[in-house]
Amino acid sequence: MRYQSFTRLTVAALAAAAFVAAPAAVQAKKMKVGFVYVGPIGDHGWSYQHHQGLLAVKKAFGDKVETTHVENVPEGPDAERVTRQLAQQGHDIIFTTSFGFMNPTIKVAKQFPKVKFEHCSGFKRAKNVATYNIRYYEGRYVNGVIAGRMTKSNTVGYIASFPIPEVVRGINAAYLGAKSVNPKVKFKIVWVSTWFDPGKEADAAKALADQGADVIFQHTDSPAAMKLAEQRGISAIGQASNMKAFGPKAQLAAAVNDWGPYYVARVKAAMDGTWKSTDTWGGIGAGMLTIASVHSRIPADVRKQAEKVRADIAGGKFHPFTGPLNKQDGKPFLKAGEKAGDGLLAGMNFYVQGIEGSLPK
Amino acid sequence: MLRLEPRREPSRAMQVLTPVFAVVLTILAGLVLFAILGKDPFRAIWLIFFEPLTQTYALAELTVKATPLILIGAGLAMGFRAGVWNIGAEGQFVAGALAGGSVALALHETAGLWIMPLMCIAGMLGGMAWAAIPAFLRTRFNANEILTSLMLVYVAILLLSALVHGPLRDPEGLNFPESRLFSESMILPILIEGTRAHVGFILALLAIAVAWLFMERHLLGFQIKVQGQAPLAARFAGYSEKRIVWMCLLTSGALAGLAGTTEAAGPVGQLVPALPIGYGFTAIIVAFLGRLHPFGILLGGLLMALTYIGGEAAQIAMSLPSATTRVFQGMLLFFLLAMDVLVGSRVRWIPRTVHG
Repeated sequence: MRYQSFTRLTVAALAAAAFVAAPAAVQAKKMKVGFVYVGPIGDHGWSYQHHQGLLAVKKAFGDKVETTHVENVPEGPDAERVTRQLAQQGHDIIFTTSFGFMNPTIKVAKQFPKVKFEHCSGFKRAKNVATYNIRYYEGRYVNGVIAGRMTKSNTVGYIASFPIPEVVRGINAAYLGAKSVNPKVKFKIVWVSTWFDPGKEADAAKALADQGADVIFQHTDSPAAMKLAEQRGISAIGQASNMKAFGPKAQLAAAVNDWGPYYVARVKAAMDGTWKSTDTWGGIGAGMLTIASVHSRIPADVRKQAEKVRADIAGGKFHPFTGPLNKQDGKPFLKAGEKAGDGLLAGMNFYVQGIEGSLPK
Repeated sequence: MLRLEPRREPSRAMQVLTPVFAVVLTILAGLVLFAILGKDPFRAIWLIFFEPLTQTYALAELTVKATPLILIGAGLAMGFRAGVWNIGAEGQFVAGALAGGSVALALHETAGLWIMPLMCIAGMLGGMAWAAIPAFLRTRFNANEILTSLMLVYVAILLLSALVHGPLRDPEGLNFPESRLFSESMILPILIEGTRAHVGFILALLAIAVAWLFMERHLLGFQIKVQGQAPLAARFAGYSEKRIVWMCLLTSGALAGLAGTTEAAGPVGQLVPALPIGYGFTAIIVAFLGRLHPFGILLGGLLMALTYIGGEAAQIAMSLPSATTRVFQGMLLFFLLAMDVLVGSRVRWIPRTVHG
């Protein structure tokens, strides 16, 4: 896809430029970079990975930057206050890293036209507000292939958070990946209505295991499900970060969000005065998503197969949502050979054909 | 040696002073805590408790954060005095936000000064309706309102989530679970230009004044107190317990519902699934921090808001973890409850005597 290769190129080029040029650039004033996290850094998932991105910025620019982060910020009025405080205290670029921070970010950005804002996973932009996100579905497709080959009960469990397009897209991609290698595979989906609640996540994993699922996907942030899979002797897929430490035997592979290259590139652009409001949606090819720690107990041919799918997606040769593809109700979604465009992906609110159950309304 | 002697009557002075002691002790314990963490303790305490009071914007934010706490706390305190334990204000808050917000969304293309009061009334009715369920279950079946009201919190939150995922979803929002933004007439007017301080705070002050008049100057307020302190006496006097249960739950529900509406129509400006962030529960702490007295609740709400805002400032300036805020709120309640002993008892120094 042209859009994707463009993103890949720019991110790669900017990141490279940053590393080369950073030592030479002399800045009188430190660039202040702010981060707003929805969870605690210690969630070992979503917010933890964003914090790894902050550390990458620190590492890349050393004492040319000053970083600040605020964790556990509820989505809503508190996010607006925190973001505003960061802007007021002279932060030059502020990353707000949860969907619910979208309107607060837009509101604050209006009041501080000189400050640059970056909102993760939203769709509203402004002259000084850029958006960015990762094509998680690419990783889910690859891990779906692994899960489809590795399941013995032909039952894959999925812990889902909220029925927003991003989550629905992930379920569909994982299912299509599994289905492509195992026509008998069935998905069992549990909606937990939270991004981070180790207790609920563990309960959901337990319920799925009891129903015969032997590989568990999650779209929530804590490693609770991974720990449970380890205890029950079944497998799980790591989400957002590498959860190997929590499931040394259980984790088949992890899809790891790597925000570092993007953050470094954007901070660099802000330093150079080349920052513009952009919309970045990078995946495996852009280096923003990696498939990590593919377990050695996975047979070599499965690993090879998954690696080929990964490489094809990264190189733009294959798109996880390629027709012919029907919606759950049998209505056509994509014609033979047709690839889902970003618009279709962004608003996906239906299961693809073959997934049982209905989306919570 | 030190000895505790029971007082004949609870000390009025101590009722006022113990919250102050609790704050002082919290600050002292905080100093020790920060020193152990290797952070400059005086700077941290300054940032959390005092710096927000020196800036207009932070003061305005204080009112924004305190508004729902005060509104809900004022209602809850009334019930707590009568021994009616409404733990589900969070659910009534959500029901109120939904009712008020639905009015705003239904009328989104209209404008007019009449819309805002209509939203507030809808919000209060929504909160009352939600609180009426535990009231009915308690008076009809003698079901414990602590459990029923708490359980209804989760029902309300799921209902909100279902509605913003479905019928109330922004048609232009790419299927993301949020309502559309409220239009101009549905947003509470701002009190101070350039800040987020909104009219809701005035409503909270009004609620405090009315609650005070009601509790201290009205026969029903007296009945509530008698019901709480001496249920038998209340029965002998012919006060209807059912009536008091209904009244307390409906009033606290109405105020929580109003708080939900002012939150949705104030700083949030739309319905989002993340609207409930625990105000209904924090307000319980506020009610006790304020000794169930309306004026105390006003101060308690502001103090609790201060710990939130100061905690954020300390995170930004000193990289303190966010758990700091929670630790401070916990310490505050802990010391307050511990200091309570001074209200009912006095501490005496009794010289050791040699027994012969």
